[in-house]
Amino acid sequence: MNCIIIDDDSAARLIVSRLCSKHPQLNVAEEFSNAIEAIKYLNANEVDVIFLDIHMPTFSGFDFIQTLKNPPKIILTTSDRNFALEAFEYPSVVDYLVKPIEQERFEKAIQKLERFTVKSDASSSSDSSDETKELYVNVDRRLVKINFSEITVIEAKGDYIRIKTDDKSHIVHSTLKKIEDKLPSDIFLKVHRSYIINLSKIIDIEDNSVLIKQDIIPVSRSNRSELMKRLNLL
Amino acid sequence: MEQPNLNYIQELSEGDKDFEAKLISVLKKELPLEFEEFQKNYKEKNFIKTAENVHKLKHKISILGLTKGYEEAALFENDLKDYQDTKRYESFVLVIKSMMDFLRPR
Repeated sequence: MNCIIIDDDSAARLIVSRLCSKHPQLNVAEEFSNAIEAIKYLNANEVDVIFLDIHMPTFSGFDFIQTLKNPPKIILTTSDRNFALEAFEYPSVVDYLVKPIEQERFEKAIQKLERFTVKSDASSSSDSSDETKELYVNVDRRLVKINFSEITVIEAKGDYIRIKTDDKSHIVHSTLKKIEDKLPSDIFLKVHRSYIINLSKIIDIEDNSVLIKQDIIPVSRSNRSELMKRLNLL
Repeated sequence: MEQPNLNYIQELSEGDKDFEAKLISVLKKELPLEFEEFQKNYKEKNFIKTAENVHKLKHKISILGLTKGYEEAALFENDLKDYQDTKRYESFVLVIKSMMDFLRPR
């Protein structure tokens, strides 16, 4: 996949380029410090992916997206935690990475990009459907549909996981890692080795725990900074 | 006070010293320039531009592993943008100076 990086901060471009270099399927064709230069490039060249900073002087990332007639896949990179909702209003936006971009988080974005690419290739001649919104799990030999938006917490329980939703709880033979790969990374976050939470269900946060419905979920020290990054803090 | 560190850079580099040197050299070059621009805009009370400078510096703060400094900078950016409130100025300047001191011998 040919990609370009647009960011007015050269340290940020260097970091994204470094992260891309760890994925042989990504070829960084060009880097730009401003969106105008990138538009000129895109008029003459085809790219598959754009790593795009939102916050740039004079011409923001969102302004840039609006100028593109057939935008390629876009992964937004930003120090602002507050644009996530607006970002996903653009169908070409695959993911939203908050700086400083952690390697593990970048890898998830690339996995998502690949899923997104496969999906849009498969449905290129018809209306492209939205991203998957649900998950089927095997419960007592039945495949039960669970909407992502209803999941509150997922807890590891030995060889099983407990998936709690707004009004139910399911015990499923699986691992946290397996389900984590199936969940949209913009909504769910692993906050502890035994817990994944739905960020939209948080009621409040204390130092080392979050409250979701009546459950107090521990947050490990190593995951706390990612959690804080993902919050729309005032 | 929280001290700058190279943890994030080393995690990215996975031992690639050339990459580490390149990124540090970018930080060493740009940090003083961006800080100078920040100071100029601040003195001129152009708080919208000052907030933009803080925004850009904020990323460098996070690269050097200053978690609290980053959170403070995010608050300072919003204070400047929304209320022209400068109460976090001094602590922000201390963070940037600690980064410049940290980078100087490298």
